[in-house]
Amino acid sequence: MAFLVGVAFAIVWMKDLLAVIMLLGIYGLLSASFFVAMDAVDVAFTEASVGAGISTLLMLVAIALTGRAEHPARHKPLLALAVVIFTGSLLIYGTLDMPYFGLAEAPIHQHVAPRYINDSMQEIGVPNIVTSVLASYRAFDTFGEAVVIFTAGMGVLALLSVARRREDDAKIDLLNIPMHEQHLIPRIVIKMLIPFILLFAFYVQFHGDFGPGGGFQAGVIFAAAIFLYTMLFGMSTAHRVINQSFIQMLAATGVLLYGSVGVVSLLNGKEFFDYSALSADPVGGQHLGILLIELGVGITVASTMVIIFFNFADRKEYPQRKKD
Amino acid sequence: MLAHLPILQVIVPLMAAPLCLFLTRPRLVWLFTLIASGLAFLISCILLQQVMTTGTVIYELGGWDAPWGIEYRIDQLSAFLLLIISAISTVVLFAAHTSIRQEIPADRHTLFYVLYLLCLAGMLGIVATGDAFNVFVFLEISSLSTYALIALGKDRRALWASYQYLIMGTIGATFILIGIGLMYQMTGTLNMDDLSRRLPEVAQTRTVFTAFAFVIVGICLKLAMFPLHLWLPNAYAYAPSIVTAFLAATATKVAIYLLIRFTFSVFGLSFSFTHLPLQILFLVLGLLGIFVASTAAIYQTNIKHLFAYSSIAQIGYMIVGFSVSTVAGLTATLLHLFNHALMKGALFLALGAVMYRIGSVQLNHFQGLGRQMPLTMAAIVIGGLSLIGVPLTVGFVSKWYLVLAVIENGWWPVAVLILLGSLLAIVYVWRIVEIAYFKPALAGTETIKEAPLSFLIPVWILVLANIYFGVDTRLSVQVAQAASQSLFGLSP
Repeated sequence: MAFLVGVAFAIVWMKDLLAVIMLLGIYGLLSASFFVAMDAVDVAFTEASVGAGISTLLMLVAIALTGRAEHPARHKPLLALAVVIFTGSLLIYGTLDMPYFGLAEAPIHQHVAPRYINDSMQEIGVPNIVTSVLASYRAFDTFGEAVVIFTAGMGVLALLSVARRREDDAKIDLLNIPMHEQHLIPRIVIKMLIPFILLFAFYVQFHGDFGPGGGFQAGVIFAAAIFLYTMLFGMSTAHRVINQSFIQMLAATGVLLYGSVGVVSLLNGKEFFDYSALSADPVGGQHLGILLIELGVGITVASTMVIIFFNFADRKEYPQRKKD
Repeated sequence: MLAHLPILQVIVPLMAAPLCLFLTRPRLVWLFTLIASGLAFLISCILLQQVMTTGTVIYELGGWDAPWGIEYRIDQLSAFLLLIISAISTVVLFAAHTSIRQEIPADRHTLFYVLYLLCLAGMLGIVATGDAFNVFVFLEISSLSTYALIALGKDRRALWASYQYLIMGTIGATFILIGIGLMYQMTGTLNMDDLSRRLPEVAQTRTVFTAFAFVIVGICLKLAMFPLHLWLPNAYAYAPSIVTAFLAATATKVAIYLLIRFTFSVFGLSFSFTHLPLQILFLVLGLLGIFVASTAAIYQTNIKHLFAYSSIAQIGYMIVGFSVSTVAGLTATLLHLFNHALMKGALFLALGAVMYRIGSVQLNHFQGLGRQMPLTMAAIVIGGLSLIGVPLTVGFVSKWYLVLAVIENGWWPVAVLILLGSLLAIVYVWRIVEIAYFKPALAGTETIKEAPLSFLIPVWILVLANIYFGVDTRLSVQVAQAASQSLFGLSP
């Protein structure tokens, strides 16, 4: 906790954005370990992969676009400070009457949770309770989250996408060659690592039923592998592997896959996202449903991350032409 | 299939959005979007019918019963909002194809429709759900797509406007999330109905008080209520015309819905109006909003800015109706919600037509437009009259009910102030009329023609709706009354 507070202050004081991003990564990692200490392994895993991993990478690309120095503030934000202090103290005031952490009589452990803990094994048959809450009891929320990510990807596309031309590719290739030779050792190491990262992503994807993991984390890890490859081998090589409009379709497919699981149960006369409609055996249906929707989430997350990353990076490599 | 209508309401536009990416031709995408939105409108009509005859419709997602799973709970209030949102969205979409051809580069058209559908689905989702966390998820969908839609505006300032909105909107959403988290901690449930039953037990704790404060402030940010309105004028002014018409008519309405839902249904009337000086606070802020924003509107030279400030003022009226906290007051708020959607939909869509023809909505470019674009300008005038509250328009109906509600409570000075606020509306509407009809046309603009039919038809649908619901108030008043009675726990 002390580390967390210290890093937070450092982030605010730092003027160099590169250092700030590194510190943010550390902050993500620290809060992940904090979550582990509080026995929220799934949250910790997500925080580690998203907070410490992918968002650091994305911000690095962003400052590559904008430059790393912060503009000095022109005015003293005293009013803002007052508002923040007021909000903070209100929050602390609110904590005064909270039940103690870990208290068994606290309402959160008394009302909804017991059924999740006691019955989810019979009802859904998945050992990881977090997964059954996420993917079955509250499947619609998770669907919403997947759509949020899809929306973010579409938003970035709508705002940042630039048209590429073949001759630009060739030009940039020439520029890239000397730079890439400097990074010979990382390139070889990464080349060896990438298959393992991808494999790990698949493990996380399909192991979500039994341990911490699932579509969100897997998608992010998968995307991180592609980022690494792109950073070291250059945009144009990556573009040869991954086609922009294909990846858009892929993102859409992920959402559709998730949604169509719901539609299938609708057509079978059950409620939306009632997986028991998917197979004769209700528990088997739950299994199949969770597997499919996690896959949908994974596809959406991975392809959206790649969309965002590519569009940021494209902005850098292909300076925008005046359109209108 | 009838039993599945609540979920189809949201799922149809939501699933249509990714499907758009598979259609390549922009015209096809537009038609597809229009059909999806039209279907949503149809569903909302049937739902309203269902709710009005049989009462609240409940739908359990995933087949899990309520506090464990997520449920959709559609009562009169939600059905009313669903109808407003999907109707406006469908009408506005008629003009979309023509309008965005001029305002958005061709390679972004498909993405525009994807985002539009996501935004629609997000708002419908917020209104339909009976789960507090689900509200947040759909709030994120609709907000994220809104930021992107606003930033698509032709003007470079659209980016800055969208950024401002993004920061304010995110703070608002985070506040709401903190509030929901605190509520969950105190009650162990996220279901609204369940929350309303379990909150009174812990109502005296400081944690619940904090949760309430955070939720209300967060919603008020989204609502653009008077001191927190700074993001709204620029966001509306620089967004593409279609987006402005859609958002102005729906987005703030959804926020009002949330305000009503959380204060009345979740926290309960007795808690909401006793723990904070909410009544007097909202009354003062609402009235201040009316006057400050109306006065600001008078000094604007960009007509979109002008009507954006007028929107803030109209939100003020709704807040005043809310603060009365009687059945009559709430009815007036709900009526104004419906009516304001009609007015602002018509006005901003007509401005879209002007934008299409002359490429600007600066006040001085309106010179002579009264003769060059007679039908469009007539629409703006009727919309303006409705905004003022002239009899035979919807604006009159809602102001009438609002004044009655206020007087019923014995707040005479407030009633007078509301009428004074309408006078300010006369001033800003008159400025447009004066320039459009009584100034000669600018040199070199003789070739300007009337707007194309794809604009005129949806604009006039909305204008005629303004008049129709101003004369025949059965539908709107009946539903609004039933909704507010059920919120006060009286059976209609």
